[in-house]
Amino acid sequence: MSSTDVQDEAAVSAANRTAKRYRSVTVSRRINIAIKLFIALLAATFSLYPVIWIISAALSPSNSLVNETLIPPGATLDNFVRLWSDPQHPFLLWMWNSILVSAITALIVVSLCALGAYAFSRFRWRGRRTGLLAILLVQLFPNILAITSLFLLLQQIGKIPGLSWLGLNTHGGLILIYSAGALGFNTWLMKGFFDSIPRELDESAKIDGASQFQAFRYVILPLARPILATMAILSIIGTYADFLVARVMLRSSDEYTLAVGLTLFIRGQYEREWGVFAAAALLGALPIVLIFLILQKQLIGGLSRGAVKG
Amino acid sequence: MQPKQSATRSPAPSSEHPSRGGVSSPTHRFRESWPLMLGLAVVDAFGLFLAYAVTINGNGLAAIVILIITLLINWVFLADRLYPIRWLTPGLVLMAMLVLYPLVSTVYIALTNYSDGHLLSKDQVLAQFTAQFYPPKDATSYKLTVYRNASGDFLLLLDDQKGRVFTGTQKDGLKPYTPAGPPPPNIGDYQKLETAQTYQYLTELSKLSLSGNGRQIQVTGPDAAQELLPQYTYNQPNDTLTDNETGVIYKPVAGTFTAPDGNQLSPGFTAVVGFGNFAKVFTDPNVTGPFLGVFIWTLVFAAGTVFLAFSVGLGLALVFNDQHLPFKSLFRSICILPYTIPGFISVLIWVGLLNPYYGPLSLAIKSIAGTAPDWFSNGTLIKVAILLINTWLGFPYMMLLCLGALQSIPTDMYEAADLDGASAWSKFRYLTLPLLLVSVGPLLIGAFAFNFNNFTVIDLVNQGGPPIPGANTPAGQSDILISYTYRLAFAGGKGADFGLASTIAIFIFAIIALITIFNFRFTKQLEEVMS
Repeated sequence: MSSTDVQDEAAVSAANRTAKRYRSVTVSRRINIAIKLFIALLAATFSLYPVIWIISAALSPSNSLVNETLIPPGATLDNFVRLWSDPQHPFLLWMWNSILVSAITALIVVSLCALGAYAFSRFRWRGRRTGLLAILLVQLFPNILAITSLFLLLQQIGKIPGLSWLGLNTHGGLILIYSAGALGFNTWLMKGFFDSIPRELDESAKIDGASQFQAFRYVILPLARPILATMAILSIIGTYADFLVARVMLRSSDEYTLAVGLTLFIRGQYEREWGVFAAAALLGALPIVLIFLILQKQLIGGLSRGAVKG
Repeated sequence: MQPKQSATRSPAPSSEHPSRGGVSSPTHRFRESWPLMLGLAVVDAFGLFLAYAVTINGNGLAAIVILIITLLINWVFLADRLYPIRWLTPGLVLMAMLVLYPLVSTVYIALTNYSDGHLLSKDQVLAQFTAQFYPPKDATSYKLTVYRNASGDFLLLLDDQKGRVFTGTQKDGLKPYTPAGPPPPNIGDYQKLETAQTYQYLTELSKLSLSGNGRQIQVTGPDAAQELLPQYTYNQPNDTLTDNETGVIYKPVAGTFTAPDGNQLSPGFTAVVGFGNFAKVFTDPNVTGPFLGVFIWTLVFAAGTVFLAFSVGLGLALVFNDQHLPFKSLFRSICILPYTIPGFISVLIWVGLLNPYYGPLSLAIKSIAGTAPDWFSNGTLIKVAILLINTWLGFPYMMLLCLGALQSIPTDMYEAADLDGASAWSKFRYLTLPLLLVSVGPLLIGAFAFNFNNFTVIDLVNQGGPPIPGANTPAGQSDILISYTYRLAFAGGKGADFGLASTIAIFIFAIIALITIFNFRFTKQLEEVMS
């Protein structure tokens, strides 16, 4: 904010030149602030509107979205209780599936990216530039575009005896697709970070008798911990929110992730279960919102690197 | 240390342990690398098992690919020269399998007619056709005697009354039967049934299919059976299928055996049809119409979303950039909220808010305007709703980007503009906006590319609906290309068409490639990372 300070001071000092001009500036400045305050209020209302209604619906005893007042009369936690005990919609299981799939994906992505990025950053070999370029080119086309072939591939893998846990309708297959899809971009990101760690650190570790892998494991990785954590969290957020791949690959309710399961509350014969849906939506969004609020600075720093979320 | 000196150029043992003087005996090497060798052994065992399992499933090509990959892994881990590749191997294997292969396979599928009705291979389809029989007009008929054993299996004794007698069971098929004369009371453990007893088993008996020596026997009555002939004969050298009953010759045309009069045999088989799917997109009026609509809406949706979200985000960033705004950080935190909620949850909440019958927002509009807009069955309103929802989802991201970019604009530029007496508007128009676009521009293009494939929003709002009237592919008026692909392959009520779905995916590839080339001109990202 310091630059705006300077900017405003500059504006103020310029305004100080004549008293008449000074007075007009303060008046227009106040109008300016009032307009901005109005816009900010409008934006806050726009942002909060759906959130407030969903909280209201979650607390409402009527299991619908329509309430006479914002704080529904006779507010209860019934919807949350129903969420726990509804065998048709095993919310807790879906949530657990989502967390499990996201966490394992993040672990795989971060480990493999760190290994690959370290090689790209520290070693020089013939084909290195080509390799980097190839990864980038392949990564340009998100693998969801090949969703048809991915579906057919998992179908084939599932038929191999002993590998049915990687086939269609399994978390194993889903995790593989998510991990592979995130590797390229994150390897680039991590390579950029490793490049900023001086090579002398590896070299001196090796002089002390460490192998290349030990230098990586005990010198470089601890230094890279912040970016590893950021990458893991961004990966978790991205996987948690995926709908397309989970929708295509998962067929049975027990395997659903939250993104697929949540639609069941408001589709088809359960169309009226808005109260329970609202409770599920609140609980489902909570972990991610909390992560964002707590780690705002780190995550927003990663934004300008192109991590787009929708 | 010179940066050039690295593990790769020198033999691996000495570079890995420079302090030990670079001399390692073979035993030493082995002691150092036994975990590696163990790992390699496990990988090899797994690779061999996989190749074996795949071969059993009848996919020899995949087995060869698996063996080659296993060999490559061994090479990488045994050759010192390839040391750096070892670090990349796990990632490379994963990407080759689940990123590269699907891309290549998508191109292949786009060139085939792989779809419902064409899911089987040619061999499988031929096997089906040649296993069909028909009753000829002058069929040989048999006098039938039925036998049955304790476990309920049947044995048929067939006498063509010209001196040839057969027995037939479901298990062993047809076999010549030697002792001529009247039917014996039992054959093996099968007991003879009287004609009256046979009636109750007639349904079961007529379902029996007994074949052997190129003929098929069908039970036609309690004491009668007739011989069936194979319906089709495949002529290998001419690649034609002859219907033995009618004499019609079917030739394979684009994966379907077709008669000269255009009659087609079902099922068809998977065949490479070249650019047939691409031609369909441009020439088949039932496909072209919906495709054009979907294509234009995809562009409008992606561009419109980025424009709206960026406008709102930029406006708010300018507001929050003012140091004197009261409760600035509170307001800013509230405005980031939509960004933090997972997209699939927000979209479903909006679907509820907009519901014309009980959605609070629609009811509010109804109380003002008199009627609630019918968002979900009107082709125009659904697009308005989607743009509204996606703006809500996207503006905080744009706001955060703009806030960051505004900070990096040097303040002396504004001072200079002040000295020149520039108005607030011209400062924004000629200073802020151009400088902002330079740094945010590539990310805007990235956001465009992202929304180009934003399946979550499109599918969760209205599953692509309402349907396009008259389309014979499952396209909806709010479908974008990626959701259209999904519907063609998985969710269409009109049968899965994997070939056409992959073709549409290739159109998306092409467009993304164009966007990216454009984007690279914008940025120097490439040169930076290639250093």
